[in-house]
Order: sequence, then structure tokens, then C-alpha cells
Amino acid sequence: MTVTTPHTAYWEGVRDGLPFILVVAPFALLFGVVATEAGLNVWETLAFSVVVIAGAAQFTALQLMQENAPTVIVLASALAVNLRMAMYSASLTPHLGATPVWQRAIAAYMMLDQSYACSILAYERNRDWTAAQKMAFYFGAVTPVVPVWYAMTVAGALIGSSMPTGLALDFAVPITFIAMIAPALRTLAHKAAATASVVLALGFAFVPFNLGLIIAGIGGMMVGAQVELWMDRRART
Amino acid sequence: MTDPIVAKGTLWTVIILLGLGSFALRFAFLGLIGNRPMPDWIMRHLRYTAVAVLPGLVAPLAVWPGATDGVPDLPRLAAALTTLIIGYLTKNVLAAIFSGAGMLYLLLYLLG
Repeated sequence: MTVTTPHTAYWEGVRDGLPFILVVAPFALLFGVVATEAGLNVWETLAFSVVVIAGAAQFTALQLMQENAPTVIVLASALAVNLRMAMYSASLTPHLGATPVWQRAIAAYMMLDQSYACSILAYERNRDWTAAQKMAFYFGAVTPVVPVWYAMTVAGALIGSSMPTGLALDFAVPITFIAMIAPALRTLAHKAAATASVVLALGFAFVPFNLGLIIAGIGGMMVGAQVELWMDRRART
Repeated sequence: MTDPIVAKGTLWTVIILLGLGSFALRFAFLGLIGNRPMPDWIMRHLRYTAVAVLPGLVAPLAVWPGATDGVPDLPRLAAALTTLIIGYLTKNVLAAIFSGAGMLYLLLYLLG
């Protein structure tokens, strides 16, 4: 029995999404602690995480608000950090575009780096999946992560500044992203895209509002596409 | 001195507008393009979104960690490389995470 139903795709998504609790939990906890130190109460901290549901953008906004930056600058910077979500949205569209619009709206609300990355990898492995199966997998992948995001934000806000330092939790985020992306470096085009992205991100790190990342993203995609075309031409001759 | 307390009016303006803006970015293509076909050249670029964005997100964090005020740090660089190599060789996300974390704590302990 190898037929994949939306039901089994959902549970496959849950299984693939489980490891990301390890990343999201410390990240959310840290946000709760930092928000409390900035003077937010538990409800304000939870509302921030529920309404915005984007860790990096939340840290950016909080940091700038503490520096008394104008509200327009706070919003522009935090949204620039989130610009990559528009790229993820475009990348998911060929897979999920045929599902009902309410499902796409919920999927958009719950779009996280982790859920995007593990879904797109699953779609590459299972090219025969229908849009409904792909959406079921996506919802499965966010199921373990989103409640943990909310709950650990509250935990962080309650613990506040009594959190022990020296655990090097700052590095939970880089390690999990690298662990996710390393198995995805399948072809020469994928490796070239990733290498270009690293070089461009480091080279353009000085650009304000995190726009260096957008340059790296677009540059990496162009390199990947060009290498793919080159490999296709070479395979045909 | 920066005031650590964020003004409540500003806070709720930021929470609500940032929430709406983030949703708009996430819904932009998924909601508006939906099932309409996209040209080949766009599809060819979109195939590399994940490997083009995430490495760029991580590289500055690994090379100039916030925890060391942006000074390159041997334990964090070694942990990043260990995670990359183990993840590439084993194709196993959890194995990569635990090897990277193990390398980080080992070097922090030895050098700390």
C-alpha cells in the first residue's frame, strides 16, 4: 500500500516538522525574554507573536522601538526582514495554487522559514503529489511548530530576565537552517545558488534594512537558473 | 541612554501594521496568482529560492555572531561547518543539528 492520501501526507508533514521544535522553542523563548526586558507585559508579548508570527522581524521591530526609531522606520525595517516571505510565497504558488483560497490564506499566515523549507523539499521528492496532498503536508509541517511558537513566547515572558546565559542559544537558529539546507544541495545548480548567496550576503552585509539578504536571494536564484540552463545544454550535446 | 520602555501607542501600531504587512508579503503570490500558469523562466528561478535565501540568511550570523558582538568566533564557525558537512553527507537534519550543537558546546567548553 504505497498510495499517499492527504491524510498520510499530513502525518508525514508532522513527522518532518517535529525537529523544528528544537529551533523554534529557544527562539520564541528568547523573544519572550527580550520583550519583557523592553517593558512589554505577557499579553502584549503574546499578541506580538500571534499577530506577526515572524521571529526575525519581531526582534528587529523590538530593537528599533527601544532605540526610539520613528514608527515608519520600525515598520519598513521589519518588513524588509520579512521580504523573503514574498519569495517563499512565489515559490510555493506552483504547488499550492490550486487549493481553495481560505487554505492558502491560512498557509500564508503560518509561513515560516522552517515550514517553507521542509515543504518545498518534500514537494521535490514527491513530484506526483496533488495540490491537496501538498497542502496537507504543509499543514502537517506547521502543526508541531506554531503552538510551540505561541507557548514558548509566553514562557519566555514569564521567566523574563531570570533566564540563564551561557547556553549559546543564539546559535540554534544558524545550526538548524544549515542542517535543513545541506541535504538540499543536490545538484551543481543548487550548490552554485547557495555559494552565490553566501558570497553576496557577506559582501552586501553593509546595506541597511537587511536588503543585502534580498540581493543575495535574487542573485542566488539567478545563478541557480543559469547553471541549470548550462547543465541542460551540456546534457543535450 | 536609550529608554528601555516602549510606548504603548507605538507598540500596538507596530504590532497591527506589521502583522498586516507580513501577511500581505506571505499572501502576495500564493493568494493572487493562485492556479494561473507562470512562465518557464520564472519557474526556473523559483526552484532555487530555498537554497538562495537561507544560506544568505545564515552566513552573516555564522561569520559575525551577535553573541560575540560581531567578532568571528572559532566554536561557532566550526559548528556551522560541522553541521553543513554532516547534513550534506548523511542527508539527515537531526544528525546534522546534533553534530553541530555537539561541536559548539565542545569547543566552547575547551576554549572557555
